[in-house]
Amino acid sequence: MGLFKDSNLITDPLTDDNPITIQVLGICSALAITAELEASIVMAIAVLFVLGVGNVIISLMRNIIPSKIRIIVQLIIVAALVIIVDLILKAFAYQLSKTLSVFVGLIITNCIIMGRFEAFALANKPWRSFLDGIGNAAGYGVILIIVGFFRELLGSGTLLGFKVLGDSIEKTGVYAYGYENNGFMLLAPMALITLGIIIWIQRSKNKALIED
Amino acid sequence: MEYIELFFKSIFIDNMVFATFLGMCSYLAVSKKVTTAVGLGAAVIFVLAITVPLNWLLDKYLLQPGALSWLGEEYATYDLSFLSFIMFIATIATMVQLVEIVVEKFSPSLYNSLGIFLPLIAVNCAILGGSLFMQSREIPTFGEATVYGIGSGIGWFLAILAIAAIREKIRYSNVPAPLRGLGITFIITGLMAIGFMSFGGMLTGGGDAGDENVISQTAIEKIKKEVEQIDNSKN
Repeated sequence: MGLFKDSNLITDPLTDDNPITIQVLGICSALAITAELEASIVMAIAVLFVLGVGNVIISLMRNIIPSKIRIIVQLIIVAALVIIVDLILKAFAYQLSKTLSVFVGLIITNCIIMGRFEAFALANKPWRSFLDGIGNAAGYGVILIIVGFFRELLGSGTLLGFKVLGDSIEKTGVYAYGYENNGFMLLAPMALITLGIIIWIQRSKNKALIED
Repeated sequence: MEYIELFFKSIFIDNMVFATFLGMCSYLAVSKKVTTAVGLGAAVIFVLAITVPLNWLLDKYLLQPGALSWLGEEYATYDLSFLSFIMFIATIATMVQLVEIVVEKFSPSLYNSLGIFLPLIAVNCAILGGSLFMQSREIPTFGEATVYGIGSGIGWFLAILAIAAIREKIRYSNVPAPLRGLGITFIITGLMAIGFMSFGGMLTGGGDAGDENVISQTAIEKIKKEVEQIDNSKN
C-alpha cells in the first residue's frame, strides 16, 4: 500500500518535476559527459546509487544532525559514497573512469544531491526519501540518456560503440548516400543547445511549465 | 612567461563555464541581475584563489603517492590519493566558513556584498572542479596553482557577468513562450561557448596543442586550397 501511495515520488521527477529541465539542478555533469551514450548511462547509474543511498542515510540521521553544520555533514556523506563509486569504476571499468575523469568527483557537488537532501531527506522518513532519491536520479538519468543518444548518433554515427549508421570510412550504410557525421555534436556547446531544444519541446507540450 | 600563458589559458581557453560546464547551477540561478552576478562572481574568484593553492599543498604533501616521505622513510610508499575527494571538499567547506567569519569581522562592507553568496559557494562545482583539475593536470608549482585559481575564477566571473547582462536585455525581446527563461538561456550559453572556442587557437605556441587545434589547422589548409583554386580559375 505504501508503494502505491508514494508512487508519485518516482513518476513526478520523470516528467513534470524533472530535476534538470524544471528544477535546474545538476546541469554541469549533464552537459560535460554526454558525448557518448555509454558514459551517460554509467553516470546515471552512479548518481542513482549515490542519491538513493545518500537520501536514506540523511533521512535516518535527520534528527541528530545539528542544523548549523549540516552542509559539511552532507558533503562528507556524499564524498564517502562517491569514493566508493570511483573505486568501483577504477576496478571494473578503468577506461570509462578515464573518460569521466574529474566528473566522477564532481558528483559530490552535483546540485541534485544537495538539493534533494535539503528539500526532502531532512524532513521525511527513510522509505519516502529512498523513493524520492530514486525518482529524481531516474529523471536526471533520462535526460542524460536522451542527450547522450542524440550526440553520439549524430556526432559519430554510433550507439554504445556499435556502428548503427554504417561505416564512415568504407562508405557503407547511409554514408553511401553522401551522409556525413556532424562532428560539431561532439563539442561542448551542442550539449547546451540540445538541452535547450529538449526544454522547448517539453514546455510546448505542457503549457503550465512556461515561465513568464 | 608560463604564468601569463597559464593565466590567459585558464580565463579564455579552459573557461570554467564554456569549456567544462562547471558551476552551471549557480550560473543559471543567480544570473537574473547584473549586481548579484557581480557579487557571486567576486566571491568565486576569492574562494578559488584561496582553495586551489591550499589543496595543491595538501595534494603535494599529504595525498600523492609518496607524498608522506617528509615524515620519514617508512611512510614513503603510502598512497592516500583515494582520499582526495573527501579532503578537498572538507577543505573547501571549512575555508568558506572561515572566510565568511573573517570577512564579517574585518570588512562589514565586503561582507554585505559577498556575504549571502559565500554559503552557496561551498557546493558550487566550479570550486571543487578547480581543485580536481589542478590535481589531474598536475600543475607543478605553488605559484602556478595560485595563478590557475585566480584565472579560472576570473573566467567564471566574466561568464556570469556576460549572461546576466544578456538576460537583463532579453526580457524586452519577443522570445517564443516555451523557450522563455531557462530554454533561451541554455541556447545563448551554447552560442557563447561556440564564440569562446575561437580562443582555442590563441596559444598554439605551446607544446600541448589539443584536438581542436588540429581540426582548426586542417580547416585552414582546406580554405587555403579553395582560395588557390579560385585564384587559378580566375587566371
